[in-house]
Amino acid sequence: MHETATHDTKGQYFWVWAALLVLTAIEVVLGYRQMFSPVRMLEVLLLLSVIKSALIIGYFMHLKFETALMRWLLVLSVVTCFVIMYFFFFPDAERIRQLGVQ
Amino acid sequence: MVDDFPADRKGNWGMAEATIEHDAVQHGASGEYEAPLFGAYSKKVGMWLFLASDSLTFGALLFAFSYNRIYTNPWPTPFHAESIANATIMTACLLSSSLTMVLAVFAAQRGDRPWMRNWLLATMVFGTAFIVLHAMEWSKLIGEGLILSGFQTILGVSKTATSGELADISKNIPQFPQAFFGLTAMHMLHVTIGVIYLGVIAFRKWFLPALAVIWIAGAFMIPSGNVFHYPVHALGIGLLVAAVIVLLKPKDYDAHDVEVCGLYWHFVDLVWMFIFPLVYLMSTKVS
Repeated sequence: MHETATHDTKGQYFWVWAALLVLTAIEVVLGYRQMFSPVRMLEVLLLLSVIKSALIIGYFMHLKFETALMRWLLVLSVVTCFVIMYFFFFPDAERIRQLGVQ
Repeated sequence: MVDDFPADRKGNWGMAEATIEHDAVQHGASGEYEAPLFGAYSKKVGMWLFLASDSLTFGALLFAFSYNRIYTNPWPTPFHAESIANATIMTACLLSSSLTMVLAVFAAQRGDRPWMRNWLLATMVFGTAFIVLHAMEWSKLIGEGLILSGFQTILGVSKTATSGELADISKNIPQFPQAFFGLTAMHMLHVTIGVIYLGVIAFRKWFLPALAVIWIAGAFMIPSGNVFHYPVHALGIGLLVAAVIVLLKPKDYDAHDVEVCGLYWHFVDLVWMFIFPLVYLMSTKVS
């Protein structure tokens, strides 16, 4: 807890909040304009969501300022589980996508 | 470890544990007390482990939603400009609530209890606004015909529109309402638990009467045909759990408790950052 005072200031949280709102606005504009195909749109929106979640986890949840052991253990364990889920999901999803689902 | 406590600290085990562990973390003390594994106090590590497991729950639901999305052709696009505007305001509410939560943690760390309460209250207001907006949107969609059969048989929801775009979706593509209501209900439940958690941390036992009033008012004011007529009693369960916690183990919540509560709240915000684009923006039709 005492690390908080040395690593972060209130100002940076306002910047992170503003960045999250801007990224959300970009997502909404992309949704309104529908300028990409659904699959490409999904990729772009997921990329933006990952950036937003990294900002929330790193700054708001303060993981950026925790010990390296805690950071790596938490991130790697959760990402590993998602990768395993992805391998269950991916082959059939890719097969369906190849069939031309819009 | 209990036997090592000075006699004057044994009477209040919870506080003694928190204080001594915190001292060990702050000063790198070793020897008498075991150094924490992750350089953090145990409550924080416990909350992180819970959130890691909860992220897998939401991950599984989001994967299921995405799979439905891919194999269903054509996928319905029931969210028009009004729904997207509503969901965007809801997103702004959650993002702003995360900022006020951070400010509450700052206030707690500098020992400013009045501002800690003010910021926690602001966070609760944003969270409640999110729940109300979401509930209104649910009611509107259900009224227009987007419904699960379970809503009518289990929750006693009044008959909704039987024709129109949304009613057709419910009949022809039931996997859409299944995925939509399943995912958003799970998230709404988490937000509700979060608001109660914030209330307990901010106001302790004084929050219980307020929660009881909201619960009873909701039970009487929500009409019997509404989808939330029975689920509002989740507030009663929340009241019971909160009462057990604050009455059986009274405690003056400190900056650590506020920070741990904040971790939960930010997680709820984080999950919405995936639900909003996947569920709403990928099912948009703006004409």
